[in-house]
Amino acid sequence: MSAVWFGRRDPDARGYFGDFGGRFVPETLVAPIESLEAEYFEARRDPAFAAELDRLFRHYVGRPTPLWDARRFGDPCGQLRVLLKREDLTHTGAHKINNALGQALLAVRMGKGRIVAETGAGQHGVASATACALLGLECVVYMGTEDMRRQALNVFRMRLLGATVVGVDSGSCTLKDAINEAMRDWVARPHDTHYLLGSALGPHPYPLMVREFQSVIGREARQQCLDQTGQLPDVVVACVGGGSNAMGIFDAFIDDAQVQLVGVEAGGETIAAGRHAARFAGGAAGILQGTRTWVLQDAHGNVEATHSVSAGLDYAAIGPEHASLHASGRARYEYAGDSDALEAFQTLARTEGIIPALESAHAFAYLLKGAHGLAPGTTVLVNLSGRGDKDVQSVAALLPEGHHVAHQ
Amino acid sequence: MSRISDRFDRLRRDRRTGLVTYITAGDPSLAQSAAILKTLDATGVDVLEVGVPFSDPLADGPVIQRATERALASGTTLDGVLQMVADIRPDIAAPIVLFSYANPIMRMGLAQFTARAAEAGVDGVLTLDVPPEEGREWHQAFTQAGIDMIFLLSPTTSTERMRKAAHLGRGFLYGISRLGVTGARTDISDAAAELARRVREVTDLPLVLGFGVSTPEHMQALGRMADAAVVGSALVQVIAEQGTDGDPAAAAATYVRWLRG
Ligand SMILES: Cc1ncc(COP(=O)(O)O)c(C=O)c1O
Repeated sequence: MSAVWFGRRDPDARGYFGDFGGRFVPETLVAPIESLEAEYFEARRDPAFAAELDRLFRHYVGRPTPLWDARRFGDPCGQLRVLLKREDLTHTGAHKINNALGQALLAVRMGKGRIVAETGAGQHGVASATACALLGLECVVYMGTEDMRRQALNVFRMRLLGATVVGVDSGSCTLKDAINEAMRDWVARPHDTHYLLGSALGPHPYPLMVREFQSVIGREARQQCLDQTGQLPDVVVACVGGGSNAMGIFDAFIDDAQVQLVGVEAGGETIAAGRHAARFAGGAAGILQGTRTWVLQDAHGNVEATHSVSAGLDYAAIGPEHASLHASGRARYEYAGDSDALEAFQTLARTEGIIPALESAHAFAYLLKGAHGLAPGTTVLVNLSGRGDKDVQSVAALLPEGHHVAHQ
Repeated sequence: MSRISDRFDRLRRDRRTGLVTYITAGDPSLAQSAAILKTLDATGVDVLEVGVPFSDPLADGPVIQRATERALASGTTLDGVLQMVADIRPDIAAPIVLFSYANPIMRMGLAQFTARAAEAGVDGVLTLDVPPEEGREWHQAFTQAGIDMIFLLSPTTSTERMRKAAHLGRGFLYGISRLGVTGARTDISDAAAELARRVREVTDLPLVLGFGVSTPEHMQALGRMADAAVVGSALVQVIAEQGTDGDPAAAAATYVRWLRG
């Protein structure tokens, strides 16, 4: 791991990236979060901590992950040169493991033997359960009952790994409700429990810490682009749920002003209340689950229901650093709908022999839908945040009998 | 002097333990909430806490979560709660404190909210997810409007942060007598006494203790440590048991009289 993996763009002392971020939590959680912040700031300066994380990344996760030049997929995208950062090839099959291991190591350092986590698609739950099995920690994963249905395979995987999966049937029974429940658990047991939050969300220091644990993606990809193409990419694209895989890959390119950064949110069925999860398309500034950011909400400040075919993008708020990049214009945010994501899911499979996670498929859908005026030959780096095995069953149920995309 | 300070001064002078009640506004309807609040006031409750329902009540246990869902289903909004308070204020002697999460207030806008709350006769506001560190801008807006901003203290709160809350807070401090979300419990934890002792070393502001109160024994135990005890989930449960065609106001009054012994 390179020496500069941390401290490159810290938020201010109160955890704000511009106008977004902060620490809006119930009083009981202030002290445990303050000690988490202190511990993280100490750990990230400790070469022994970095070395142990690096060892796990190399020999357990399988880093560095490859950068794949997706020649056949680039054609239907209007002759783009598409480079895939293969986070789908990590152990457990998604970028989530990078953060889960980082935080689990931190929990060990803090002497906390119990982990609670939330999960949407189940990938973060699986990653947390995996890290806990490896490090000998107790693991409790909260998951909305709707998501348990959509991601049944991952529920079984978590249980195999020794985690307790607790179904959450309040609210919309999805990721947001699982986060509420994980926080309630933490409020009751702050002394022996670490809350292993799975995205660049929530109260400070989570958005910073999760981004820094995920920043290995961009650091590797930037160097791989230089090595394999001799130049930086023109555009970097990632899907955005809470925003961790996107922040992880954007981070290395933020100072490269000529590189465009594009986040792709879930457009769901259509941009209407309750039918999508595109925060910048239908939301407003608000405070949810510990942070000030863009939130899908009604006129009275209640959080709106969301919808996406992909459980991992089905969330009403976005990480505060994305809100800040949106405000400054450094990154641009687009959305792709359910049906376009389903089509991209199949197109990547047929052109490259790679089945992406439905979350990641949103990033590919953006490119397939004309990529908004990118000239042929433009080099686009895409974060292939996870593999699609977990989604195969639900996609099979969604596609009409015998349906397949036209052969390219 | 605020209506809240006034009430606590009187309690101290009379050497009486106060009772603070919490209900979720709009459960089962705003009209019923108005009736419940009037009845509670008539039984001599010292502070009326009025919960603003919010879609994501992450500091609340199951009883208040369900009440919140019923309140939202009955169409309750912050706007409606302020209107209801304005309507009943002339008939009510006790101070009224809104209990809210940050987002409904932010959505209305701090300036608009404080102006409307002051006009409605709200005496204090407690925002569950706005700790003192985030509360400076809020504090300014509330002070200007003459509304007391009330902070929570928990067994995990450091002495240094207790000082901060005591410095910024007005009216009273709300001590969470145990770790965890809201909800009735079978006993009063040792943490309550320890918290009260630590608060007393730092400030003279009135202290109320809550989270878990459901019996007269709890009331008496907490009363020995603090200026007042708060009953929340247990009262919300009594209201819930009345359903939509019972008499929640009468049931609430009966319950509160029993609590006071
Ligand atoms: C493969 C994959 N990609 C993306 C996401 C979205 O999360 P984030 O925006 O934090 O990367 C998830 C979440 O579960 C995921 O599993």
